[in-house]
Amino acid sequence: MTFLSELLAWFTDPLNWKGSSGIPIRTWEHIQYSVTATLIAALIALPIALYLGHTGRGGLLAINIANIGRAIPSLGLIIMAFILLGLNIIPVMIALVALAIPPIVTNTYIGVRNVNREVRDAAGGMGMTGWQVLTQVEIPVAMPLIMAGLRTSAVQVVATATLAAYLSFGGLGRYLFDGLALQDYEQLTGGALLIAALSLVTEFLLARVQTIVVPKGLASRNATAAVDAKMSGKAEVASSTA
Amino acid sequence: MDWGWVQDHLGEIQSLFLQHAQFTLLALVYGFAIAFPLALAATRWPRLYTPILGLTGILFTIPSIALFMLMMPFTGPTATTCLIALTIYTLLVLVRNTVEGLKGVPREVREAAEAMGYRRFKQLFRVELPIALPVIIAGIRIAVVTTIGLVTITALIGFGGLGALFIDGFRQAFGTPIVVGFVLSVLFAIAADLALVGLQRLLTPWARGTAAR
Repeated sequence: MTFLSELLAWFTDPLNWKGSSGIPIRTWEHIQYSVTATLIAALIALPIALYLGHTGRGGLLAINIANIGRAIPSLGLIIMAFILLGLNIIPVMIALVALAIPPIVTNTYIGVRNVNREVRDAAGGMGMTGWQVLTQVEIPVAMPLIMAGLRTSAVQVVATATLAAYLSFGGLGRYLFDGLALQDYEQLTGGALLIAALSLVTEFLLARVQTIVVPKGLASRNATAAVDAKMSGKAEVASSTA
Repeated sequence: MDWGWVQDHLGEIQSLFLQHAQFTLLALVYGFAIAFPLALAATRWPRLYTPILGLTGILFTIPSIALFMLMMPFTGPTATTCLIALTIYTLLVLVRNTVEGLKGVPREVREAAEAMGYRRFKQLFRVELPIALPVIIAGIRIAVVTTIGLVTITALIGFGGLGALFIDGFRQAFGTPIVVGFVLSVLFAIAADLALVGLQRLLTPWARGTAAR
């Protein structure tokens, strides 16, 4: 019980809410790293994945890149980028972007490829150009999976941005590494709770965005299950889940 | 790359790899021991599925670093801390894929088994699980690859398997250990994944026949 009250004391101590190492500033830094990295990753990954999905090229790579990405150790990637490029925020950003790209590519590619052939043919038969088919048919139909990919990436980036503090930058990871170094368990746990909360909020907010941008007719489709099932080659199993 | 360093540290690299493999294996075994009964319960009582999936989903969304640190005040920087958190991360995929696999068993197959007089447990183990196996193994593959990556994070509290090499390299500002840890960890994940694909082929000999037909 004493630990909980000390933890509460950490959260309610006005000093922890003020200045450049206060909770609001640290949270804001964390959000900045995360939003920047996710946006850059989306700007790189979406056009590539949409092109591959639209033309049907590079499928093997596009489908497997998310699996490969899962195997990449984020801590190793960030430290390696730091050794190669020196101590500034750019190596951290490069590592975050690199980790965020694979899920967006795989989900978007599968989403576009999964558009019914008849739907695509009908759009072409109506005289739509390739660009119109992509923007007016394929992207809207693929939206659940595109959003699932962005969500996976964003949550992963929020988690990994914690490591920026290991390389002496800011963000909520500061509390973890300072707390660890000082054996200050209140700071450590407080920081961990803030990071967990930020991740859950990110997941929740993007799930809300998804319900807004997904066309109503597709809303019941379970995007996440479809991807995992696709990887196991059991798409028909997934489509039965609500 | 400094190959001399690699030669001088082969013993250390080997023991780190063994720690890495041990953590991965234990997390998977514990994870499956928890996930399997949960999945059976969720199949038997579908009403439980949403809450189980929701809870394991929330646990899965919590960043691994945060979870490791959240447990520090209680279990300290110990192997227990690492294993509890690593186990928690396997649950979502294992539960979900086991349930989806069992749900995918065609109703006719189930009815035929019942008509042949199979009792509930025998039917589960002799009929339903073998059919669900490809989906279950797909889940295990994701869990294994994810866990191999997550083990490296435990380097931050003094473990890490091959991930300990990242910290070594960082402290000495020396690239070789980082590259070695990185490459071996990725190779380990790929090898484990391929081994599971092989295992699946061995366990489902009937699937090969249908693929060729």
